[in-house]
This record gives sequence, structure tokens and C-alpha cells, in this order.
Amino acid sequence: MSAGPGLEFEQPLQTLEAEVRRLETDAEKTPQQHEELRATKRRLADKTREVYAGLDAWDTVRVARLQDRPKFTDYVELVFDEFVELHGDKFYGDDRALRTGFAKLDGMKVMLVGHHKGKTFKERTECYFGCAHPEGYRKSMSKMKMAAKYGMPIVCLIDTPGAYPGIGAEERGQAQVIAESMLLMSKLPTPIICVVIGEGGSGGALGIGVGDRVAVLEHAYYSVISPEGCAGILWKSHDFADKAARALQLTSKRLQELGAIDDVIEEPLGGAHRDHYQMAARLKQYLVKQLRELSEKPKDQLVADRYEKFRKIGQFLDGGAA
Amino acid sequence: MCRESPLPPIPTAMSIGQSIPPTAATPEEAAPVAATPRPKRGVPSGLWLRCDECGETVFRKEVEQLMSVCPVCGRHMYLSARDRVKFVLDEGTFDEWDADLMPADPLKFADKKPYAERVVAEQKRTGLNDAALTGAGMIRGRRVAFGVTDSAFIMGSMGSVVGERLTRLVERATEQNLPVVIVSGSGGGARMHEGILSLMQMAKVSAALARYGEAGGLFISVLTNPTMGGVAASFASLGDLVFAEPKALIGFAGPRTIKATLRTELPEGFQTSEFLLEHGYIDRIVRRSDLKSEIARTIDYCGK
Repeated sequence: MSAGPGLEFEQPLQTLEAEVRRLETDAEKTPQQHEELRATKRRLADKTREVYAGLDAWDTVRVARLQDRPKFTDYVELVFDEFVELHGDKFYGDDRALRTGFAKLDGMKVMLVGHHKGKTFKERTECYFGCAHPEGYRKSMSKMKMAAKYGMPIVCLIDTPGAYPGIGAEERGQAQVIAESMLLMSKLPTPIICVVIGEGGSGGALGIGVGDRVAVLEHAYYSVISPEGCAGILWKSHDFADKAARALQLTSKRLQELGAIDDVIEEPLGGAHRDHYQMAARLKQYLVKQLRELSEKPKDQLVADRYEKFRKIGQFLDGGAA
Repeated sequence: MCRESPLPPIPTAMSIGQSIPPTAATPEEAAPVAATPRPKRGVPSGLWLRCDECGETVFRKEVEQLMSVCPVCGRHMYLSARDRVKFVLDEGTFDEWDADLMPADPLKFADKKPYAERVVAEQKRTGLNDAALTGAGMIRGRRVAFGVTDSAFIMGSMGSVVGERLTRLVERATEQNLPVVIVSGSGGGARMHEGILSLMQMAKVSAALARYGEAGGLFISVLTNPTMGGVAASFASLGDLVFAEPKALIGFAGPRTIKATLRTELPEGFQTSEFLLEHGYIDRIVRRSDLKSEIARTIDYCGK
């Protein structure tokens, strides 16, 4: 699997990968060719490690947005044993950007909630590139309530550029549903795990992002505003999105240092898009481990700990010294 | 919006919603907060004002007497947080809480101007140390926990200090069984300069309101021009009752963002208080002059 066009730091890796593929196609290899293949593979691994260790915030945003990065439906297939989609919000419509349903995770019954950006052009248009409308959040709230009622833990996979900015979305209360969803999630008496698998775009992400564990995949990002939006406001042009991304410090490592998230889930060498299977396996391992831990906790304790976790977030000076 | 005549250009810096009183933009204005006398906030000096809404030139004194409302067209102009305290709470009853919390600069954020400098300039210009004031006070003899955000301080945006002050306000109100009244004027939503920490304040305050609600608390949210983004998408929308001043801009995404996304003109009156009333997201549109008595009456109805 290779990255999409346009990422300059992917170029040398793609060249090496093509070289490896060419060497591998020779059915009858001489010992010399075997050695060359081994050496090229080693060079590829070294180079990939070097490139991906040196990604800055803007590079990370572009990796997080890669078309061939695993999406919600990929994880549904690779992580969960079953997914029974539940569609309606019983109020207005069925949002395709935010999907919900019963799922089985290593034998456990869970409620799965996640943004889907779409994999084909048609699908992407249908789900507004992962930008949910109010009906999406209404749907997820009603399914989460049901999960709590029947003792099911909730798993949220976050991958959205942001909640949809449109006329209909405003008419149907975009601001209000996001607020209500956060409020609801803060008090639901069932374990909740939220993982940012790609883009963690602002309120649209946080709308399904209040949980007992909040994790971000290594090369995913989570931000108060899109780098383009931030650049448009503070630098007066979207062209400064790279600067804005660096200023916002939206990479998984920094988010953890700032105390905004609990865990970073390591991606396979060269990013999740290079190995969907391995990425899915790591995500599964994380979810299973955390869910087993959280399921042990008494429900009151669970909700109290969740409150305290968010209660502590923020940095300010106390005592008046500016 | 109404502003002084002759008209200074209103910078659009930080503006997701629409223009607000001028933001300090020059380095000279960024001097440290010294013991200089506090400038009169919001309404600029000068004898006359021109109302942006109706274009009439009106006496500044008359506007002030009407709590910054245009005497000709009734436009509700900008009102500072301190003036809001004065007009909503009974005289001399405000006991400010957590005044010694000051903004930090966790990201060492810098756009065209470092955040640390911007904060100092805004503090000097507004006389506030961050965008929210919180405390206890009386409304026609009823004790309440009161919070207000000032849209002039970095667009009234919510960073760690605003989030912490409001969370403490709600937590204390829960302990002391007080009604909570928060008047929002926040065009900036969650403050970009504190990155993810600002975003998480939305969850923090909402979680505090969840507990407060379960304890039977009464929360009255008052929306004023402008209330957008992460503020609209958290505490401001979570009132048991939601009031709005007339013709305030209220919404999630900024009109410019929506326009750019859809590449189409927006309908007349889109994202105004009246639009929200029509679509069922607020309980009442309340004029500034009636706010105090409307709040008092609501508290009485709810038996708080």
C-alpha cells in the first residue's frame, strides 16, 4: 500500500518500495539478487523509520488525512467480529458520516460509534467527508443511552475534519447537539473508550470524545480548530496552514504531554496506511485491554473518575502572577 | 454594531462571527498592565455615536442610559462584562470569585503576535485578566452564581481560565444550591491560542453542568451578540432555559465558513436570535432592559 500523491516525504519511500517489488518479482533469484533484495529492504526500513520519526505537525495532519489510511469501515472489518448497524435518530434522518451499531469485540458486546469519511467518491459525498450533521449526534446519543441501559461499553472511533458547517446543520441545532452529547457522555454509567483514528477536528470530534480513556493513533491529530481555519483567522490566509498546524501542537505526542489525552497508540512502521492489519491488531489489543480494566470498576467510580480526568485539563496561573 | 464617529476601521482579527470593538493590534498598545487608570471599556469616548444598524447619530449619554441600546432602532450594542454585572446584579452585591486565575501560555503560541503579548494587550485594553468574570451576587434579592464572558477579550473566547472559572462557578453553585446565570458574549468559541486545552474546556464545563443538573440546579443561559463555536457548542446551549438578546448572532460555524463551504448566499436573518427562536433552540428573546426581571421571575417559577 502506498501513500497518495503530494506528500514529498513519501517519495523516497515509494521509490524504494517500487524497487523492492521489482526485485521480488524475479522468480529465480541468484544469491546476489537475494542479497540485493535484503539490502534494499533494510534501506527501506531505515529510511521509513527516519522519515516517520521526523514528521512535524503539518506532515502529521497530511498523513492523518491520507486516502488510503484505514477508515471506520476497515476497522469494523478487521477489529470487530460482527457489526449490526443501527440507523435512525428517530427524529430527522440517518446521518452517514456518523455510524452506530452493536458490535462484538473479542467476545464482548459493545456499542460502536464512529465517523466514516467514505472510501469511494460516491461514499465520500454521501457522508460529507466525515462531517456529521446534528442527526448524527442525536443518533449516537440515543444509541449510547441504550448501551448504558443494557450494560454495554461504548467504543468511539473519531475521524472527522469537523462537524458540518451548513444551513441545515445550523437549523437543526449543531451547537446544541454537540453540547448535549458531551454532557451525556460525561455521566453515562458504562465504560467509554474514544480513539482518534485520523482527524480529530474540533467540536465534531469532541462530540463523541468524552470517555474514560481517550487515545490518539500515533500519526493522527486532534485540534481545537482545523489548521486551515486557524490560518484563515490568525494569518488571514489558508496558505499558512502549515504554520498554524505547528503552532497548535496537535500531534499525539504533544497532546499527551499537555495532559489532554490518556494514550498514544503506536502505528506500524511508516504509518497505518502501510499495514491496515497490523494497525487494526494494535487497536484491538488496546481496546480489549482497556475495556477489561474498565469493566472491573464499579459504575459510580467509573463516572467519578471520568469527571476528574476532564476536570484536571487546562493550564493557568493561580495566585495572580502573570 | 454601533461605534464611535468618526469611524475607525474595525479589524476582523479573531472574528469568526462578526466585528466587535477594536482589538489592540499595535505594539505600542501591548505595554504591560501598569497602574494606569482603567479606560472606559466598550463604549468609546466622544459625545456622539453612530448606530451601525440604523445609521442614526445618537447621544452617547442616552445610549449609556439605555444600557448600550440604540434609542432609535433598539439595537443591542456591545456591553462589557463589568457593565453587565452592573445591569444584571443588584448594586454592590457582586462578590467576584477566582479573580487571581491568570492565563498561561502552554503552547508558547505565536501567530503574527505572540499569545503572551496579546493577552497583556487585551488585559490592558479591557481591564479584565481573561474573558470571563464569575462570582456570586443578588438578582432582585435572589442569590445566584453569576458568570459573564466579554466579547472584547480575544473575542470572548474560552481558554483554560474561562473554562476553570466557569467550572468552579458551577461546582460551587452545586454545593451551595444556587441558581446559575451565565451571560455569553463569545464570538471566538474555544480559544485557538491554547490549542487542545481550550477544546477540552468545553467537555469540562459541560460535565460540571451535568452534575449540577442531576443535583437539581437551575441554569439560565443568556446568549448575546455574538455567541459562536465552542462556547455555543458547550455551556451556552445547556441552559434549562435559554434566553437571547434581540438580533444577536448565535451559531456553531461562522457565517463566513458556511458561505465558503457552500459557495452560496446565506438566507436573511440566518443565525440570529430570531432564527433560533423560530427553529426552537431558545425559550425567549429578552430585551436588555427586561433581563433582570425575567431572570428573577424564572427563578421564582422554578422555586429556587
